[in-house]
Amino acid sequence: MAIPKVCGIETEYGILVRGADGNPVAASSLLINAYLAAYQRKVGWDFNDEHPGADARGFRVDDLLAPEVETHLVNAVLTNGARYYVDHAHPEISTPECRTALDALRFDRAAEEIVRASMRAASNLLPDDAEILCHKNNSDGKGNSYGCHENYLVARDLPFGRLVQQITPHFVTRQVVVGAGKVGCEFPGLSTAEVPFQLSQRADFFEEEVGLETTLKRPIVNTRDEPHCDPSKYRRLHVIVGDANMSETATLVKLGATSIVLAMIEDGAMGDDLALANPVAAIRQISHDPSLRQTMLLRDGRRMTAMEMQFEILARALEYERSHGLACVDSAVGRQVLELWESILSGLDSEPASVAHQVDWVAKQRVITGYAERHGLQPTDARLKALDLQYHDLRAEKCLALRVGLDTLVDPASVEDAMTMPPTDTRAYFRGRCLAKWPEAIVAANWDSMVFDIGRDPLRRVPMMEPLRGTAESVQRLIDESSTAGELLAKLGA
Amino acid sequence: MAERTQKQKPAPSRTEETVEAAPAVTESGDKLKAELDDLLDEIDGVLETNAEDFVKSYVQKGGQ
Repeated sequence: MAIPKVCGIETEYGILVRGADGNPVAASSLLINAYLAAYQRKVGWDFNDEHPGADARGFRVDDLLAPEVETHLVNAVLTNGARYYVDHAHPEISTPECRTALDALRFDRAAEEIVRASMRAASNLLPDDAEILCHKNNSDGKGNSYGCHENYLVARDLPFGRLVQQITPHFVTRQVVVGAGKVGCEFPGLSTAEVPFQLSQRADFFEEEVGLETTLKRPIVNTRDEPHCDPSKYRRLHVIVGDANMSETATLVKLGATSIVLAMIEDGAMGDDLALANPVAAIRQISHDPSLRQTMLLRDGRRMTAMEMQFEILARALEYERSHGLACVDSAVGRQVLELWESILSGLDSEPASVAHQVDWVAKQRVITGYAERHGLQPTDARLKALDLQYHDLRAEKCLALRVGLDTLVDPASVEDAMTMPPTDTRAYFRGRCLAKWPEAIVAANWDSMVFDIGRDPLRRVPMMEPLRGTAESVQRLIDESSTAGELLAKLGA
Repeated sequence: MAERTQKQKPAPSRTEETVEAAPAVTESGDKLKAELDDLLDEIDGVLETNAEDFVKSYVQKGGQ
């Protein structure tokens, strides 16, 4: 049977400084440091087991923003188990490891609120007429893209070639349900006049079927092999092909449907027969066709629309639920995801406007089209691109996504809890609780270990190689009953 | 379970056309249009005052 689909989501936010001459790296550092100064003692990230080239970058800091705040490259661990850092000139938050797609949605929403709180905290450090704006989007409309990556726990013994072959049709076509929508086109050689609106923020930037890159020649399936847990048992599938969603429904279905499809692949329930003749061309073609009518060629010679492909994958997922159950994604959450996925596809198939409360691209397109008609605007009018950007603007007074009537699936109070409290059912619980209770005793932390300084002897590294150990069930009492970190380590036998 | 199975579309079946249920669509269509009008009124007040400059200044470094 498929292993539990532990998952998480990491988002690079767009950042813009207005009224001050700030570079984005310094602004991102200021943003994060302002949050940490206001809300949490800073504990650094431990790079011990990471690929050194990935994060250890030096930047020249050459602006005059708030010199009292340190502006070196920030990298912190939060008490909710998340990582908050500067990556590629963007502020980025990786949620903690979550047991279900629904919990990952809650922590993705909490990440959004953390960025909003950071913007408020940063504004206190800036001159009155200056502000830092953050957007939860994936492109600037000028050919520069930044990611929203998903991560899923996958069994190591699943052959990677099979995984690539069988997940690709879903990655290419799921954008009809979870695309965030974009005004214009950034694929070289195509203009906004030719593609005024498309389904996905990211589709223009994919050039390969499979590969290691994430910033150039981006592949549909990324091969980064950094499991951050026991490498003999697990893989972490690092998914770079998705958009950052404003719709909670879209985030849930994106994570949930992909979790289910991965479980099906592990259990041999997906099949090879949906392979596409040219996935790279297809992902772009589908994105550029909001009518959802164009067909793509399959390797076996058939032609299908993206909608038909999604209906077919959904049918297999429903069959999988009957034959295997959905315990690996949590049965109730799995059921919720399948119902949403099915109702969205049915809605898109009959009357797309009927899913404007669930699907980002439909909600956005409705506003763009309505605004253009009301004011008699050409598709290339800058006001339409401004609406697109503002859909993702995290300032509540400017954000269009907050105004278009999107459904909410998680209770705001539980989102607020998730800003500071970790999930209870993964190893993130141990990380977050220890950070909250003994910040002075923790030298550094990362996904699969924590380093304690308990005031004597060498530093103690506590390995956490199992994503589902260190949960509240197993360590809550130990943490509650220990008054010092040293006591806890003694009880753990570390 | 049986109901759900019936709702699934056989793939691929592109020849079938959706049958329009005219009265229902019109009624919900009117409601949707009224909502959209209200939303567009609100957006007129929320849109960046100098949209062209805002779009021009929105330049990001590439990321992952």
